Amino acid sequence: MVAVPAASLVFAFFASGLVLLATGHNALSSYRRLFDAAFVANGALGQTLVSATPLAFTGLAAAAAFRMRLFNIGGEGQLLVGAITAAAAGLYFGGSGGPSAFAIAAMVVAGCAGGAAWALIPGILRAFFRTNEIITSLMLNYVAAYLLTYLIFNTQSYWRQTTGFNAAVFPTSKDLPSSALWPGATIHLRGGILLPLGAGFAVLAAAVLWVLYSRTRFGFEAQVLGDSPRAARYAGMRTRRKILAVMAISGAIAGLGGASQDGDFRHTLDADPNGLQRQYYGYSGIVVAALARYNPFAVLLVAFLVGGLQNAGNTLQGADFPSGLVGVIQGIILFSALGGELLVRYRIRISRRPAAAPPAPEAA
Amino acid sequence: MNHSLAVVVIASGVAYGTPLLYAALGELLTERSGVLNLGVEGMMLIGAVMGFWTVQRVHAGSGAILVVAIGVAALAGALTAAIHAFLVITLRASQIVSGLALTIFAGAAGLSSYLGNDFNLGDNPARHQFHAVFPASVQRWPIVGPIVFGQNVLVYVSWACVVAVWLYLTRTRPGLNVRAVGDSPAAADAMGIDVAAYRYAHTLVGGAFAGVAGATFTLAITPQWVDGITGGAGWIAIALVIFAFWRPELCLVGAYFFGALQALSPELQARGIHIGPTELWANSLPYLMTIVVLVLVSASSTRRWLGAPAALGLPYVREER
Repeated sequence: MVAVPAASLVFAFFASGLVLLATGHNALSSYRRLFDAAFVANGALGQTLVSATPLAFTGLAAAAAFRMRLFNIGGEGQLLVGAITAAAAGLYFGGSGGPSAFAIAAMVVAGCAGGAAWALIPGILRAFFRTNEIITSLMLNYVAAYLLTYLIFNTQSYWRQTTGFNAAVFPTSKDLPSSALWPGATIHLRGGILLPLGAGFAVLAAAVLWVLYSRTRFGFEAQVLGDSPRAARYAGMRTRRKILAVMAISGAIAGLGGASQDGDFRHTLDADPNGLQRQYYGYSGIVVAALARYNPFAVLLVAFLVGGLQNAGNTLQGADFPSGLVGVIQGIILFSALGGELLVRYRIRISRRPAAAPPAPEAA
Repeated sequence: MNHSLAVVVIASGVAYGTPLLYAALGELLTERSGVLNLGVEGMMLIGAVMGFWTVQRVHAGSGAILVVAIGVAALAGALTAAIHAFLVITLRASQIVSGLALTIFAGAAGLSSYLGNDFNLGDNPARHQFHAVFPASVQRWPIVGPIVFGQNVLVYVSWACVVAVWLYLTRTRPGLNVRAVGDSPAAADAMGIDVAAYRYAHTLVGGAFAGVAGATFTLAITPQWVDGITGGAGWIAIALVIFAFWRPELCLVGAYFFGALQALSPELQARGIHIGPTELWANSLPYLMTIVVLVLVSASSTRRWLGAPAALGLPYVREER
């Protein structure tokens, strides 16, 4: 079970090393610095958790949809919309003083609702018009990014800072009031590791997803619908309802990731074109989910590893560490996981009598 | 008259539609052979960055260098597509996941960004770019001047490509073979057609078209390099193939329609026209309209797959024939 993902990781680092060598970099020293910046250096683990938390959410979101063979590629947009709605809740319900459970709960609910609503658009189109959810959910990522930019840069919206000196010079978003900032727990180890509240929510979400898919009738039906839609229909399962529910759950998790961005890390609605939008958490979440083979607990582990990669990429970005390297490595990890899985499947098939055909991927 | 909003938007719609047209023609050829490649956006970005690299770093006359740059972009796109071809044709991996992986690998935060960053391409505008072909006096003709005669050579070549792809698919033996491979690979195999070779060839050619499409951005529309310069055009191109019912001549119409939608936002802003939240709806319009048209096409189930290759997205496993 672990062999293929592990081998894919090793192969991916080997292949990405070739990319580094081909462009005139020393692969070994790049990797040493990468590993150091991700897991070893003072404060590195804390920073890795900062990158891993959103990836856990977007990874869980992608995994939740894929269990029903729904390709929700819109995690990026759902996270951004969740960040927008959660920021509104934080601004509205927050006040001065320490963290308030009420304000945080309002942000969680608003973030989930925002993400779910955004995911329901492709969900409804898929359920009622059989429109391919890959392209529709992806298109909405661009719309969500434009919406976020618009709210801060092109209009005097509720989220925008309109008073003060800086507001007149450059458009910025309002800071969240102090009671809407999410508290974290600190582990006094290697320069202090901050466990963000969002990471706790991610673990909780993973547990809920696991129970949902392996212990409930709902999860069972969703998987049957994904694996064999015809069998599910003959058994009288309600396809449409399930598509809507699964997309809403998937979007809610991504939206919660957006709420965590506001409350845990950015403490405002980050509309900077080089900020939240530049992290591409939604797309990396797909890599995380695929490498974790859509198992919620494996998603957490893989999110931590890929988060380390992303964190190192952010830290080291510079002349001898070009910015796209992290995406290159992620892409190659996905390719090798895909190829590796096929090799495993093929071996099983040869050793037995004619086995069942692999499930045919659904055409777009 | 030539400066009215409609004429300007249509004229720049043709310019913005050209990369969509190239990418859609390439994806159409790939899909006609039964391979779905969702990595168009990634292949476009690789073509865009490599084409741009060529004009910045290779020294030669302007005309020659631009031809070489397009060749380099096509080659880079084809090489990127080769990864997908190997995974889905030889290893029979999921075409959907592999295509997504290709976009993540090559896309705005992947290899294209890595190369642009590593070669320091973001600092300077293009040293050479494609200009309008016809003399200024012809371009001043009313309406047809800017729309038809105000374009660069890539636009006119794309028209030739539409005709060529149409002739290829309907009038030549290999073209008919491709359609057989896409509709019924088992039957094609029985006829003695090499299914894998056809699929490889058309996936690579599709990648080459996508590479040229990307270079259209960096060498003609916005002659510079920025991460993610294609802005989702690759995904619109994939949707375009569906709207066009897998027919090249309809790709042309669709590409210019979506090109005009993309041209609308900068033109409205340049003229200071505000209708409601203009920045929001005008920028989002191409993406929202893609969704709307996809829904219209898929809403009526009989028309949904009109022209779709029957074996699209399915791996061909000979021993399961």
